[in-house]
Amino acid sequence: MTPATLAALAAARAAKRPVVLATSLPDGAQMLLPDPAAPADLAEAAARALDRDESGTVRLGNGEWFLHTFNPRLRLIVVGAVHIAQALVPMAALMGLDVVLVDPRRSFATTERFPNVTIMTDWPDEAMDALAPDSRSAVITLTHDPKLDDPALDRALRSPAFHIGALGSRRTHGRRLERLRELGHDEATLARIKGPVGLDIAAVTAPEIAVSILAELVAVRRHAGTRAAKEAA
Amino acid sequence: MTQADDILSVAAAWRAAGEKVALATVTQTWGSSPRPAGSQLAVTVSGRMAGSVSGGCIEGAVAEAAMKTIETGVPQLLDFGITDERAWEVGLACGGKLKVFVEALA
Repeated sequence: MTPATLAALAAARAAKRPVVLATSLPDGAQMLLPDPAAPADLAEAAARALDRDESGTVRLGNGEWFLHTFNPRLRLIVVGAVHIAQALVPMAALMGLDVVLVDPRRSFATTERFPNVTIMTDWPDEAMDALAPDSRSAVITLTHDPKLDDPALDRALRSPAFHIGALGSRRTHGRRLERLRELGHDEATLARIKGPVGLDIAAVTAPEIAVSILAELVAVRRHAGTRAAKEAA
Repeated sequence: MTQADDILSVAAAWRAAGEKVALATVTQTWGSSPRPAGSQLAVTVSGRMAGSVSGGCIEGAVAEAAMKTIETGVPQLLDFGITDERAWEVGLACGGKLKVFVEALA
């Protein structure tokens, strides 16, 4: 690896830019992607590798390439310093997610209830504007309170967040969608919200609900449905 | 991927401190290989080592190849697996197959 490549890779990672180090096999010529000078098939394979968050070897028209993905850590924005969040936050941290907890109710959002996590006590819309969720971010609302959940969901829907989930029954969620429609979101956009959030594993306790929420996040991130379909084919 | 990240930083720091460093990266796996593609091992001529490319079965052989790459500057693509006689020698007991790319940090 040349010093220039190593420096470019280090700079991209420091800036939390997702990049792929492509190595031509076996000769070792390297290219850091995305790069406008890259051949189209290599650029496409690199984009796919980043999306899947997987490294691997691909055979392209001009030979074999090892694609080493360097994605920044996934970020989870949790709105609502509620009981379920007390289970969800440490579990998410264990999975390697960068967690930010948002709740303007200071009696809920205390470091005693939530040690070792970044807490923001701004209103959710302001917090979301400051956090600016990107395609490596997930947003989960847990408050059940429209005053807090709605502005967070509104901002999440205007962002490229890869996953948006909202806790609440089907009825609660139906009313929530009504309100978000009034804020100007169309059906395709609203369909991005997983509501009720979480895989249906008949969860009852707070930690069980946290497991179901995180299981769904993994399924979305790893394209679980498409992968199973592909393997069955 | 977090582990691969760390190894790369370690290797870069060693290089910056004037060490001669080679980086080995798993590029492809089949069967029950213990570490996924992207796993890395960094080695120096002075004998430092960080990370891993297997459960420990082939690290010795990879380190040996790395010394050659540091000396010649020529990268190598190594094959380990049950169909490879070398694998028996170095003992990839898990029955998996993998390819490891070895390069020097210039």
